[in-house]
Amino acid sequence: MKPAIDVVRLARHPKRPTSRDFIEYLVRDFVELHGDRRFADDPAIIGGIGFFDSIPVTILGHQKGRNVKENIRRHFGMAHPEGYRKALRLMKQAERFGRPVITLIDTPGAYPGIGAEERGQAEAIATNLYEMSGLRVPIVALVTGEGGSGGALGIGVADRVYMLANAIYSVISPEGCASILWKDAGKAPAAAEALRLRAVDLKELGVIDGIVAEPGEGAHEHPGETMSHVRKAIAAALQELLVLDAETLVQRRYDKFRRLGAFTLDDGFSELI
Amino acid sequence: MLTRLFVQCPQCQTTHFISFFKSADYVCSRCGHHSRLDPPRWIKQLCNRGTFRSLFANLKSLDPLGFPQYREKLDVAERTASGWEAVVTGTAEIGDMPVALAVMDPGFIMASMGSVVGEKIARLLEYAADRGLPVVMVICSGGARMQEGILSLMQMAKTAAAVRRLHGKRQPLITVLTDPTTGGVTASFAMLGDVSIAETGALIGFAGPRVIQQTIGQKLPPGFQTAEFLLEKGMLDIVVPRKNLRATLVTILKIHRTRPYPVRRRGDE
Ligand SMILES: [Zn+2]
Repeated sequence: MKPAIDVVRLARHPKRPTSRDFIEYLVRDFVELHGDRRFADDPAIIGGIGFFDSIPVTILGHQKGRNVKENIRRHFGMAHPEGYRKALRLMKQAERFGRPVITLIDTPGAYPGIGAEERGQAEAIATNLYEMSGLRVPIVALVTGEGGSGGALGIGVADRVYMLANAIYSVISPEGCASILWKDAGKAPAAAEALRLRAVDLKELGVIDGIVAEPGEGAHEHPGETMSHVRKAIAAALQELLVLDAETLVQRRYDKFRRLGAFTLDDGFSELI
Repeated sequence: MLTRLFVQCPQCQTTHFISFFKSADYVCSRCGHHSRLDPPRWIKQLCNRGTFRSLFANLKSLDPLGFPQYREKLDVAERTASGWEAVVTGTAEIGDMPVALAVMDPGFIMASMGSVVGEKIARLLEYAADRGLPVVMVICSGGARMQEGILSLMQMAKTAAAVRRLHGKRQPLITVLTDPTTGGVTASFAMLGDVSIAETGALIGFAGPRVIQQTIGQKLPPGFQTAEFLLEKGMLDIVVPRKNLRATLVTILKIHRTRPYPVRRRGDE
C-alpha cells in the first residue's frame, strides 16, 4: 500500500481531472446553471443538468482550476457560502423534478475568509447537511481528489459515497493536523498516516461504499480509463437507488450516517452531577 | 486560573473574590467578560434545582484510529472533566417546562466533537422527538476531534440529520452559543437552531481567526467573529448577557408550549 502522503500528493496533482472533466465525460447535453439567487455565483462550485446515459440528472461539484490563473479565479476549489447555497438550490430543483443528484468532491476545504464568515459559511454547510439528509431523490457522491473537511461534506451527504483510489477524505489537512498537534507542518507525512485518509482506510472504517480504481500511476495518466470506471460505478448505484421509494431512500440515508462513529458503553460510570 | 479565594479575569486580569464572582454568574464586573462554565454550573444556572436527569452518560470514547497520544488525552480529560465526554445530555425543567438538554464541556479536549459527542447529541434529539420535548443546547466547541479523523467529520452529518428528526415532530431546537463555538460544531447542529441565542462577547465562527489571517494575509477587523458581529450580519437571533439567559429561555419555551393552529405534518420526518 502507498504511503499516505504519496496519495495526498496524487489527490492534489495539478493534472488530475477536475469536476468539469468528469462532467464532460459523464454527462451529455450538459447545461451549466449559475448562482445562488442570494448573493453571487461561486466559481468554486459548478453544477447543472444533463443526461447520464439516458437519465436526466443534476450534477455538481467543487471546481479547481486547470492552471494557476483559473485556480485563483476559482479559489482553488474552496467554496464560499454562496457555493453551498447554489449547490442546495440545484439539489432542491432536482428534487422538485425527480432527478437524481451526482456530486463530485474535490476541495481543500471551505474558503476561510472574512466575507465567507460574514455571509455564514457555517450556516450554509449546516443547512446543506440538514437538507441533503432529507432530500427525496437519490444522491450519489464521488470524492475525486481532495475531500477536505466540512467543505467536502457540505455536498457529501449521499446514499452512496465512493472514492477514487488515489483520493483522500479527511477532517483536517495533514499539514494543519501536524501544525496543531506537533507545531510542525513538516510532520505532515506522519499526520497523513495517523488520520487514515486514503480510500482504503475509509472503506475499512465503513465510511464509504466503494473504491473506484485508477489504473497505473493514477487518474492524471489515464483519465479515460478512470472515467469509464466512474461511469460504471455511478450507473450501478443509480440502478439500485432509482427503484426505491422516497421514504425508504431517506430512511436508509439517515441510518447510513447515523451508525457512523466508534464508542463503548461503560456502566461503571459514577454519576458526577 | 482558580485559586482558593480569588479568581483572575482572563481578559482584564482583575482579581475577584470567588464568592462575588460566583454571585455575578462568573462574569467580570469590570470588563463584562463571560468566563467559561462547566456543565454542572450551567445546569445550576439554567435549570430548576434538582430537575436534571442524566441520559447516555455511559457512552465513552474509543481510539478508533490508534491516533498518537489520543488515549492519554482521553484519560486525562476523563479524570479531570465533569463527565466522561465533552457533552452532558439529559432532561431537566427550565421554568416549569420539561426540556431535553445538552451542555458542552470546554474542559474536555476543548469540547471537540468526536463520535461520542455526535452520538449523544443525535440520541438526545431522537429522544426529544419521540417524547415531544423541546431541546435546549448550551454549545461551545473547538471544532471536530481530529484524533478521530473522518469519523469525527461524519458526526456533523449525523447531528444535522437528527435535528431534522426533531423538526419532523415539530419540536424546537433552541441553541445557546457560548465562547468559543467554532469549526464542525458550528457548521452542523449549532447553526440549525430555530432560535439562536449567543452569550455576550462569545467567539463564534467556522474557520479559526488565525487560519483566515494566514489565507488572506491581512488583519481581521475589530470584533470579527464575536456574537455581536454575527448578530449584525444576520446569523443570530439574540445576544444576551448571562444574567438574562434563563429568563430569555423561559419566555421562548413558553411561546413554543401551545399551538393555536394545528401544524401539518411533513412527509419527510
Ligand atoms: Zn475582566
